[in-house]
Amino acid sequence: MTQPKHVPREWKEMLDTETISRCISRMSYEILEQEGDISRLAIVGIKTGGEVLGKRIQQRIQQIEGTLVPFGVIDITLYRDDIGVSETYPTIKDTDLPFRVTGSRIILVDDVLYTGRTIRAALDAIMDFGRPQTVELAVLVDRGHRELPIRPDFVGKNVPTSKSDMVRLRVSEMGYQDAVYLVHRGGDR
Amino acid sequence: MRAHLLGIEGMRVEDIHTLLTNAMTMHEVSERVIKKVPTLRGRTVINLFMEPSTRTRTSFELAGKRLSADVVNISESASSTKKGESLLDTAITLASMSPDILVVRHQASGAPHLLARYLSSTCVVNAGDGTHEHPSQALLDCLTLMRHFGEIPTGKTVAIVGDVAHSRVARSNILALSLLGNKVRLVGPPTLVPSDLAHPRCFGNRVTVHHSLGEGLKGADVVMCLRLQRERMTRFFIPSLEEYARHYGVSEKVLRIHAPEAVVLHPGPMNRGVEIDSDVADGERSLVTLQVQSGLAMRMAILVTLAAIRGAGTSESSEGGAI
Repeated sequence: MTQPKHVPREWKEMLDTETISRCISRMSYEILEQEGDISRLAIVGIKTGGEVLGKRIQQRIQQIEGTLVPFGVIDITLYRDDIGVSETYPTIKDTDLPFRVTGSRIILVDDVLYTGRTIRAALDAIMDFGRPQTVELAVLVDRGHRELPIRPDFVGKNVPTSKSDMVRLRVSEMGYQDAVYLVHRGGDR
Repeated sequence: MRAHLLGIEGMRVEDIHTLLTNAMTMHEVSERVIKKVPTLRGRTVINLFMEPSTRTRTSFELAGKRLSADVVNISESASSTKKGESLLDTAITLASMSPDILVVRHQASGAPHLLARYLSSTCVVNAGDGTHEHPSQALLDCLTLMRHFGEIPTGKTVAIVGDVAHSRVARSNILALSLLGNKVRLVGPPTLVPSDLAHPRCFGNRVTVHHSLGEGLKGADVVMCLRLQRERMTRFFIPSLEEYARHYGVSEKVLRIHAPEAVVLHPGPMNRGVEIDSDVADGERSLVTLQVQSGLAMRMAILVTLAAIRGAGTSESSEGGAI
């Protein structure tokens, strides 16, 4: 086992490994409690943080219920409302929804909920694949500052932040120790 | 600063990697029931084609439409060039319509570069200029090889056979393939493949010149046949088509002897029986159909990637990182 990679020292830890794991467990139970019948349940992670967390929720649900619910990923680059602001060539990642979207009950998963624009884009992307019966939103961190009428159905942790801050998720899948960090960028604090 | 795609020359290897990666994901859009994404909604793409073209124009048009852009096609016969308008006047006219992306094919080498200088708020994409470059073709050829080999082509031996001297496809491919770390051989008669092409000042030390077909093909992983461009041959470069076909025509028989494992590319349109035989073009080793499919994906990737650069298009620049 190699040592986990380090994050910059000025990053402040908001959620540690233990807390993230508990949040995922609790959210998985909440999803199951809310849904009841999980035969049409599907989990969709938003690249790239939501993919990792969605996968973990899928595994946790399997541990609890013994059922592996379908899992998909979406990349929202093609659905952004602010194309034309990139400094370099952006990389567009894969979208893969390997289940029948029409009629499914989708749990959309992302790591951090902020302005709500990513979720708006993700909803548009899902609708291009079919007409799900419901879409619900699960996020690990809700940091506020919404710019669109979007609210999460399942939240790991509500964290008050300043608009100039950044919130970063680092996970073992990327070679780090699981944690969520608050990164100050100075400015209007 | 606007992002343009004027040629492979000057591109960084990272940029080519990004375009190839993005094009791979664009395939997925074409496999959906709804083959359209809203990325370029409200943006205008003008296809200015001053030379005949079927596949390049069609695939740029379809690429723009699949990305929800408004696409306008201007062809040579429909343009005011027929009435004597100069390229610069055309550029000024187009500039007043402020297209977000201008795709240009022109018989004069450097025409897209000139347009790029005069169009301040437009991304210019070179879709083939004279005998200079055809970057989207080279990129789609790399994408075709990437799909065939399962990875970005590198360390391969590629034989480019035929009319290299007149070929913008060859020039762009030589640059792109060598930048990705492949060995490039140029094969053809001295009139069409001058030995000077192997001079270090031409393409560095990345290419070798072969005047014998068998020698050039020996052990090649990829054979790229070029179209014999009769419309550009104003002088006597070859004695006759028959003699050319006999010495440099790529047939299944020749490939079995010299390059049995090779896959074959052709940018089209093909002169069957001249530079390529039908048994190769329609055979197992032909990647021609895959090339056409890759063309659409690559052109979508080019349009999206250029439009995503800051300052591209006419949208007011919003605060970065809002998403």
